[in-house]
Amino acid sequence: MSDILKRTLLEHARALSAGEYSAEELARAYLSRIDEKDKEIGAFLAVAEESALNAARASDKRRAEGRSLGLLDGIPIAVKDNICAKGIATTCASKMLDGYIPPYDAAAVERLRLAGAVILGKTNMDEFGMGSSCEKSAFKLTKNPIDTSRVAGGSSGGSAAAVAASFAPCALGSDTGGSVRQPAAFCGTVGMKPTYGRVSRYGLVAFASSLDCIGVISTSVADNATVLGAISGKDARDATSSDREADFDNRLDLGVSGLRIGLPKELFSDAVSDGVKSAVMSAAEIYERLGAKVFEISMPSLDMSLPAYYLISSAEASSNLARFDGVRYGCRAEKYSDINELYIRSRSEGFGDEVKRRIMLGTFALSAGYYDKYYAKAQMAEELVRRDFERAFGECDLLLSPTSPEVAFHIGEKSGSPTNMYASDICTVPASIAGIPALSLPCGADGGMPVGLQLMGRAFSESTLYRAAYALERERGRER
Amino acid sequence: MTKKYEMTVGLEVHVELKTDTKIFCSCPTGYGAEPNTQCCPVCMGLPGALPTLNRRAVEYAIRAGIAANCSIAEYTRLDRKNYFYPDLPKAYQISQYDSPLCFDGHIDICVGGEKKRIGITRIHIEEDAGKLIHDRERGTLIDCNRCGVPLIEIVSEPDIRSAEEAKAYLKKLRSLMIYAGVSDCRMNEGALRCDVNISVKERDSERFGERCEIKNLNSFNFAAKAIEYEFRRQCELAERGETIKRETRRFEASDGKTYSMRSKESAEDYRYFPEPDIPPFSVLPDEIERIARELPRLPDQRAEQYSREYALGAYDCDIITSDMAMADYFEAAAKRTAYPKILANIMISEILGRVTQESFECPISPENLAELADMAGEGVINSSTVKKLIKRLWESDGSAREIVEREGLAQIRDRELLRELVLGVIMDNEKLVVDYKKGRTVAAKAVVGKTMSATGGRADPKILCELAEEILKSQ
Repeated sequence: MSDILKRTLLEHARALSAGEYSAEELARAYLSRIDEKDKEIGAFLAVAEESALNAARASDKRRAEGRSLGLLDGIPIAVKDNICAKGIATTCASKMLDGYIPPYDAAAVERLRLAGAVILGKTNMDEFGMGSSCEKSAFKLTKNPIDTSRVAGGSSGGSAAAVAASFAPCALGSDTGGSVRQPAAFCGTVGMKPTYGRVSRYGLVAFASSLDCIGVISTSVADNATVLGAISGKDARDATSSDREADFDNRLDLGVSGLRIGLPKELFSDAVSDGVKSAVMSAAEIYERLGAKVFEISMPSLDMSLPAYYLISSAEASSNLARFDGVRYGCRAEKYSDINELYIRSRSEGFGDEVKRRIMLGTFALSAGYYDKYYAKAQMAEELVRRDFERAFGECDLLLSPTSPEVAFHIGEKSGSPTNMYASDICTVPASIAGIPALSLPCGADGGMPVGLQLMGRAFSESTLYRAAYALERERGRER
Repeated sequence: MTKKYEMTVGLEVHVELKTDTKIFCSCPTGYGAEPNTQCCPVCMGLPGALPTLNRRAVEYAIRAGIAANCSIAEYTRLDRKNYFYPDLPKAYQISQYDSPLCFDGHIDICVGGEKKRIGITRIHIEEDAGKLIHDRERGTLIDCNRCGVPLIEIVSEPDIRSAEEAKAYLKKLRSLMIYAGVSDCRMNEGALRCDVNISVKERDSERFGERCEIKNLNSFNFAAKAIEYEFRRQCELAERGETIKRETRRFEASDGKTYSMRSKESAEDYRYFPEPDIPPFSVLPDEIERIARELPRLPDQRAEQYSREYALGAYDCDIITSDMAMADYFEAAAKRTAYPKILANIMISEILGRVTQESFECPISPENLAELADMAGEGVINSSTVKKLIKRLWESDGSAREIVEREGLAQIRDRELLRELVLGVIMDNEKLVVDYKKGRTVAAKAVVGKTMSATGGRADPKILCELAEEILKSQ
């Protein structure tokens, strides 16, 4: 049975359709593997065994009655713990929300359920999305399944590890500054951050409202496109969601002939390790061989991305996390003598250090007398980054870079210095600021650890990204 | 002492819009439901919930802006106002900071017969917070029903110079909101709340004094009393040479005084920033035009019309247009009478005192009141008969002419008959003649009064007066 767990989502879909096994058997297989192996990895915070099996049985019943809902019917999926699933605890890996059970499904989860998918459980993450290693969860550490002495990446470390460890063929994550792409790269999986507004944010616990995107982590490009297609679309409950057409998994095999692929030199600086550079450049050479035009370009404003990102995201987070006050839900301090003490104690006890750090930074950046100097300035920097991308997409159809300057680091290696940790986001943050889609896929290894290649495209150009990713995936598959 | 000083008052009024649903979600807005039965993840600020803008609320706010003679912003956005309080679920209020929907308007008020223009700095949209209920046993309870109810905040220029002006402004503002159809302004339901900003300065001084804010006044009388008390308090401090601290105060209805709410040296920092969950939006000129067209005729327009068509005076116009239902009633009746000025008088002196402050409901039909006005204008009945008839018709509506005919209530204008009656009264009261000759004109009034009684109140008072004077002189 464990061999089938390495199958892709689409292979499972074909097998279910052919009656090779039932959805219930499939769910049980994954649940059993999770039960056996997750203590070593720590990918899941909650496993929803009963409801998963119920959903699987319902799927089998539909199929038997000839009413199958499509490709995702009966397919097990894991969901990051900052995305609300009705009836299952959603903690955002924080003590602040320990035991909180949302009374509603996020739009993305709703769509998955409507498509017949089976939600296996909620995955671990850095608390409230703030982190790049999954070491900032209040509850557990998620280890990299490829080398358990290393981090899985963050903040969607649990989702990436779950897919890499074959606990689920696919998982939902969230990406604000790289939180789907970087862990996907660290764990050797495919991770897509779609265009901002593609997937409704309704039900995603907000970290930075203008940057947050729900994304998909999978083992194959085709799987990724299938799931993204199912969860995309306009949602009346999210005023920032887009009504653009979402058909990504058509014509994945169009190839890259004639595509102009730019390599922003600012993302290939000395900060990037040699091993990563080498793997990424090999992939660039493959693209050239396949008929794409590959060349270096310069995007000077990218250097502003990281500080702008940390200012804006922290500012928005300081406001978004203010609702966690111990009054209506979540953790409330036991001892307090008045409302202010209730607030102070609950939040001091409920939040981890990194969350507190960012709330304080964000509050400061918005405060009277400092708003213009920090927040307003950061917004201007963001605008310059956006314009730089616009210019770049005048000369290129796609941009290519490493996903992360290095491979998965050892546990504890960076937790001493927050700014060191923040620096691992330099390649992913620009696409977040520009709101454009960006995808990470495996392109090689460095010292045994997977290296991720990042592809970025114009807003709403996910089809082009998938098509280019598919071409590389197929070529590398042939080479292996 | 207070004559040396002058007050500078600005008012911030919050009005609840009477949309069916809340401003950022589709929960109902109705008042009085069981606690926490009209909320959802959005207005409760549950993790992951997002606001979406109710365009009807924007439309109502624009109506209010047009009614207050404001310019409407073509392009506007929402901002977050961040602070912690138990009745604020998200710990921020979605409001508008530096691009209000409406701005640069004015409201004209009438105080002591004088017209005055009060500037409106801005009108913006925002969401209401919940309600805190203090229960002795269970502590402080939070009701989220009111969270997210749409509000407009109307900020006046500091043009108000007396408690009377403040009251007139509030009344006019309330009336405009009702006319514009954006709110019922039910004060007892908290649909209209007022904050007062007041400072004092010596009359000829250029420099404004330090101001204090008095929050959450939910009655016009309280607002006036609070202003009067606060003015005296600040004058006294100024007179003693003491500094007036900039602070927020509350009004205590039981003793009519204001008390400091908290001693804060600096204003609270709300860390305003643009609301990222709701994209900025535009209001097209076409839309503004349509909204303006669909507004009913507003008080000032109607007043101008009454003065033009019916030659009504400013004071009468002001009173009649102060309530839309009353104005509508007046218009319906005025069409049917040749004596609209008399109609207005009757409404103001006889009808107004009988209706409640909250709603103008008159059981006498406009047609019947018009008929009554006609008879008064024609001289068929005198003013005391008018009073009698109003009382009768209030109880059971009907045709005044029929009643007058049936009961013979018509005014007696027959000079000959009245002359006889006056003579009769004078004969019976010779002392009155003596008094009159002595120069006591009150004697003439007594003759009129007695004769009037003799006719059961039906004599034409003007004729009586003339006859009394004439006959007394000739004695």
